[in-house]
Amino acid sequence: MKKLILSILTLALFPIANTQAQDIALKGKELFGDMRARHIGPALMSGRINDLENHPTNARILYAGTAGGGVWKSNNGGATFVPIFDDYAQSIGVVKLDPKNPDQNIWVGTGETWTRNSVSVGNGLYHSTDGGNNWKEVAGFENSERIASIAINPNNTNEIYVGVLGALWSDSEDRGVYKSSDGGKTWNKILYIGPSTGAGDVIMDPKNPNTLYASMWEFRRSGWGFSSGGSTSALYKSTDGGANWNKIHNGFPAGDLGRIAVAVAPSDSNIIYAVLETEDKSKNGLWKSTNAGQSWEHLNNDFGLTVRPFYFSRISIDPKNPDVIVKGGLSGSISRDGGKTFKDLGNMHSDIHDIVFDINNSDIMYSGTDGGVYRSWNGGTTFEIVENLPLSQFYHISVDDAKPYNVYGGLQDNGSWYGPSSSPGGVNARDWNSVGFGDGFRVLKHPTKNIVYSEMQGAENVWRYDIDRKKTKTIQPLPKKGDPELRFNWNAPMAVSAHVPDRFYMGSQFVHKSDDMGDSWTIISPDLTTNDPAKQDQSKSGGLSVDNSGAENHTTIFTIAESPLDQNILWVGTDDGNVQVTKDGGKTWSNVTANLTGIPANTWVYHIEASVHGKGTAYAVFDGHTSGDQKPYALKTTDYGQTWKNIISDDIKAPAFVRNIQEDYENEDLLFLGTELGLYVTIDGGSNWSHFTNNMPPVAVHFIDMQKQTNDIVMGTHGRGVIIIDDISPLRELGQDVLAKDVHFFKTSPFTMVEESGFSGSFGGETQFVGGNKSTSARIVYYLKKRHTFGKMKMEVQDMQGNKVATLGPGKSKGINVVNWSYTTRIPKMAEGKTMSFSGFTSPRVAAGKYKVVLTKGKKTYESTIDLKYDDTALTTLAERKKQEQMTTDLFNMVEDLAYMVYELGETQKKTEEVIANAPKGKKTAQKLHDALENLRKELVITTGDNYVASAEPELRERMGELYSNVAGSYDRVSGAQQENFALIKGEFDAATKKYNAIMAKEGKKFMSFLEKNDMTKPAVESKEDFLSDK
Amino acid sequence: MKTLKTLIIAVLLVAAAPLAQAQTADEIINNYIENTGGADAWSKLQGLKMVASANAQGMDIPVEILQTKDGKQFVTYNLQGQQIVATAFDGETMWTTNFMTMAPEKSDTETTENMKKQMKDFPTPFLNYKEKGFAIELMKNDDGGNTFTMEGTDTYKIKLTQEPVMIDGKEEPNVSFYYFETENFVPIAVEGEIRQGPAKGQMGKSTMSDYEEVEGLYFPFSMSQSGQPITIKEIIINPEVDNSVFAFPEEK
Repeated sequence: MKKLILSILTLALFPIANTQAQDIALKGKELFGDMRARHIGPALMSGRINDLENHPTNARILYAGTAGGGVWKSNNGGATFVPIFDDYAQSIGVVKLDPKNPDQNIWVGTGETWTRNSVSVGNGLYHSTDGGNNWKEVAGFENSERIASIAINPNNTNEIYVGVLGALWSDSEDRGVYKSSDGGKTWNKILYIGPSTGAGDVIMDPKNPNTLYASMWEFRRSGWGFSSGGSTSALYKSTDGGANWNKIHNGFPAGDLGRIAVAVAPSDSNIIYAVLETEDKSKNGLWKSTNAGQSWEHLNNDFGLTVRPFYFSRISIDPKNPDVIVKGGLSGSISRDGGKTFKDLGNMHSDIHDIVFDINNSDIMYSGTDGGVYRSWNGGTTFEIVENLPLSQFYHISVDDAKPYNVYGGLQDNGSWYGPSSSPGGVNARDWNSVGFGDGFRVLKHPTKNIVYSEMQGAENVWRYDIDRKKTKTIQPLPKKGDPELRFNWNAPMAVSAHVPDRFYMGSQFVHKSDDMGDSWTIISPDLTTNDPAKQDQSKSGGLSVDNSGAENHTTIFTIAESPLDQNILWVGTDDGNVQVTKDGGKTWSNVTANLTGIPANTWVYHIEASVHGKGTAYAVFDGHTSGDQKPYALKTTDYGQTWKNIISDDIKAPAFVRNIQEDYENEDLLFLGTELGLYVTIDGGSNWSHFTNNMPPVAVHFIDMQKQTNDIVMGTHGRGVIIIDDISPLRELGQDVLAKDVHFFKTSPFTMVEESGFSGSFGGETQFVGGNKSTSARIVYYLKKRHTFGKMKMEVQDMQGNKVATLGPGKSKGINVVNWSYTTRIPKMAEGKTMSFSGFTSPRVAAGKYKVVLTKGKKTYESTIDLKYDDTALTTLAERKKQEQMTTDLFNMVEDLAYMVYELGETQKKTEEVIANAPKGKKTAQKLHDALENLRKELVITTGDNYVASAEPELRERMGELYSNVAGSYDRVSGAQQENFALIKGEFDAATKKYNAIMAKEGKKFMSFLEKNDMTKPAVESKEDFLSDK
Repeated sequence: MKTLKTLIIAVLLVAAAPLAQAQTADEIINNYIENTGGADAWSKLQGLKMVASANAQGMDIPVEILQTKDGKQFVTYNLQGQQIVATAFDGETMWTTNFMTMAPEKSDTETTENMKKQMKDFPTPFLNYKEKGFAIELMKNDDGGNTFTMEGTDTYKIKLTQEPVMIDGKEEPNVSFYYFETENFVPIAVEGEIRQGPAKGQMGKSTMSDYEEVEGLYFPFSMSQSGQPITIKEIIINPEVDNSVFAFPEEK
């Protein structure tokens, strides 16, 4: 509503603005125009899946609700998926289709529900009535954070039940079971236990929609611990559509319960399975009722049934056979005897969260894991991965300065990797290289050597990997005599020095410094944390089931930033809220935490960015979500932390809490903010922020880096892999003066015409994700004050004398438009034959130098100049290149000369045919000429066959075209073979020209004089100029 | 200060009054049809020939599009003097040129049947949409308002529902979303679900601009489909049509 009012106001202000010189708002979608993000994955390890949903009648359709990457739909039985929820929160709890109208009516509950430490947050319930093309947020669930279940009455689909698990890190009265009887317009909370007890599974007996089961779970997470279970966890049943609920615990052990999974057999409503977490280990695991919950029998407490209930609590039952049940788990378990015994599911990525059976054939199963969606065709014994789900969950990324640069990063449960930002044919799965196992976090390239540092959870291993020699060494700081126990965060900070290449920092509660790439370490700080013992006992974390994975280690250093201007200035931020700075390489530290403004005590310091714009300048962002505070926080200091200024505006709202900030290296006012709900950009130092949404979903952005040579913004997202915005330099120029102009061309640096050719087998591309490449074209970027809708608007590249070189299709959007030019002119006009000459689709590259870009908009023209450079890696000398350019021109012209000759010849033949048909007197003369020309034509172009295997032998056009295309497309000097071939073809063409002239001098002359004598018109031959311009 | 604020709000309310009036989908469509020539003129239109050029990095490919009121179509492009039929449809049979043999081949039945459903679309599906059995709906944005930012500018988004189509043997709804610039009520973009190929299920977008008048009717002379620009060079209203071009050439 607010936006509507604003837009009305802006509109209304328009007439006023004309007289009052109103400032143009430096924010909004149009600021970015068609600057688009590109996604490079990777997808080979995919990412965590929260929920899978079949279509009730169409087995081709399957939905995946992902932990951090939105909702994906498959239309082909799980072979490939496409994203359908990219404008909304990407953390998904549940996807549900309307049983009556499954093609149109889709419900999505956001907020993942397998509540590990690193989960993202959701922001409500969404509904599409058009198969996912458009979504509406459903009022009343704004603060739900996590929605675990949706159940819809198949007989009356206006009756909908929603189970809200709710907030993970705080109390919440939004938890509970909700019901709508009017298709989602209004809702009543029909089961509420308390502010710490949420709804897990809310399921409906498919045969009797008034019968419902709901598992309620008491749980809580903090930055330093987790608790599952309590006296209010329980399993409830209602038989009156949710009006009344009763606990159904007959047979369950007494005492506290934890997370409960429950499922009704689709083929037998009396059979219900539940998985319990209890105080009595021997009673954990699978329970079964054969009387619709009246009594329960304990069947199984195998590891696979009891492992990590908060993470695995899903039972799926074969739709046709109530004895075949599957339980999510570390490996996933399947029983074919009604739950008495289980075996592991076949090999796939570990951590199975959901499994669904195909609706027609129970041999086909789909599994949602920490590493994507898997398909089985043989009842769960063999699984294959879906290869086009780029859901990788990065904790951190970094870049190097290679060409193209590489992106390094670590993933939730999926190790550490690096891969190229561009690759022939696109960034493929096979382009990525593994550089660490376990959970991966920070991965940093040595500034000068081909060495990579990577780590696994809690710095259990920190690796130094020599890429060239394929040697790894573990180099984590180890305690020495007299040291206290080192406390490393699960995601332990590392940093390399920009000043001393072999210098490497790590943080526990201390800052560790190594000047020999991690072989030896010195502690250069006191304990910089609060060292609060209340937050240090993780051995009991987990509640009913101990879960001490190290993920909750607290009171640790989380971020280390060395000033790019001074090696002695180091900034440190801790997970318990401290900001500390040293100006003397660690001899003395000042705790500047007390100077922070507006930041609640002990709020996690997620990232500090030491600025290039001043030694005392730094940015710090704070993330309070692990204490239930989802507000965005970012501060800037210019005096070493003595004073801080808030740089967050009202444009960013909870739950878009902040994890990262990246400054621009040139314009101090240009900043990029990574939030839980995507990327925000400011061009005025934080007074206004704009949400960047061009091919950029509101996914959790955990880390942002800026590649200095390319000005690319590179984001490590937690659910959509690496996302890049190429060359943001136009944003540096945006200001009132630019926005006030009708058209503004942004400055460009000289473009290097990249000379690279190679092969890129596209095998597997049918079903694999392939990331987009950075364009190597010239990027012509301009701003339009108004969208161009009426009248002509064209764009041309001209040489400096004003001759047209190329025509481009300009964008017409209001805001920034980007047009790419691949440095080519136009293709030659080829001689007409029976078939195509494919070599004729090559257009020559232009020479280096300055070119004009001319935009014509109505009667006005706007000009800009761009500068093109040859590639430094070129194989040729300048003289050789000029020769290649000359031969390209010669061949281009020869190709067009031939085209014109064949055209003239054809037009003359047409005339002879006319005479043969209509003027018997001239038949003989005409026939002679026609035959002579036809014989020549057969030597010039192909006159038979097709474009495939019935093709004819190549004629002069084909051979000439082939040479033209090879010379024009080559990045090397003209070869000896090409020169000799050129001589041969030129000789042939000259001979053909002579022959043609001879025919025209003899048979042609006779024919022409016949025409003249008989007052017949000559062949209608266009001039060569007209012929060539008539494209 | 408070007085000033109240004053500003009052001024704004007055200024905003005409804008605040809710637009209905029908008003938008009527405005569009009126602003681009009027329902009468559009209804009288018997056929169109468009001479265009598809520009793809250095290649200017000549394209010709012929459409008639009764739903016939003939779309060709020219490569090295060879005419290639991209789509031909005579109301019954749809066909194309096979690129390998350069010979005509009939399209599959499903594609042809879907094409038959498009016969009513000329010259725009919005003209007499009710009689054609189509439905329109004005979409609301996330804040409950009617405007959407498209191509950086304010637009109304209209959902157009046509007869369902068959895709790989299953019926699928035929829905597209048109974005009408609020300032002038002409469509500047259309989105629809991609129905075939690896991107099936995602939304595809075309944009339109460079509207110009031809004999009283306004047409976009520049279009772009997934980044591929097409420039219209000439539009001929009610061209002379040789009906035989639409028909499948039985003799190969």
